[in-house]
Amino acid sequence: MPARIQQAAFDAGAEANAFAAGLAGAGAIVTFTGIVRGDGGLLALEIEHYPGMTLRAVEAFVDAATLRFSLTDALVIHRHGRLAVGEAIMMVATAAPHRGDAFAAADFLMDWLKSRAPFWKKEIGPSGEAWVAARDSDEDALTRW
Amino acid sequence: MIDVLYFAWLRERIGLRRESVETQAATVADLVAELRTRGEGHDLAFADLAAVRVAVDQELAAFDAPLRGVREVAFFPPMTGG
Repeated sequence: MPARIQQAAFDAGAEANAFAAGLAGAGAIVTFTGIVRGDGGLLALEIEHYPGMTLRAVEAFVDAATLRFSLTDALVIHRHGRLAVGEAIMMVATAAPHRGDAFAAADFLMDWLKSRAPFWKKEIGPSGEAWVAARDSDEDALTRW
Repeated sequence: MIDVLYFAWLRERIGLRRESVETQAATVADLVAELRTRGEGHDLAFADLAAVRVAVDQELAAFDAPLRGVREVAFFPPMTGG
């Protein structure tokens, strides 16, 4: 399954190994794991998503990346719900015959996940809660593709 | 009848996750104009449309998107995944 949206924690190392074990014809694998940072005394992140839309949207990004970068395989895992500092939020793995395509595809998927997948992050800190504002730089990053 | 969904701070300002709306609105923008009359929370949530994104039947859309035959419209802030 190329995309999973889940509340449960995942083991990025085990996922990367399982991904690598199932490949044929790839010469390069790139994996990226996003972790909850503890900036400014942050205690936790609450990630909301749009259940009906999220998986289909993420699968569409994976399909686009696979076609564009000639991937042999790809995996996206993205969590929702309450996540503590240090927990993995999401991971992307891409496999291609050559490393250039694997790196580019991982970057492409990250840019699309940041700005076009229906997730919203709320920061829970010592002085209260606040929704994370989208950054112009994340939106600008999409114009690269 | 259209199912209208709200996420993140739009959900909080309006105080609802979803509501069914009987409407003849031709476009998303027309629907927004109708929703704003539903109360103070709705009006506040849609006060700055530059900060609001919309999906029509679970696909990202523009405010001039037509609503004919549409079953679900969702409103939310710019996405912050990853």
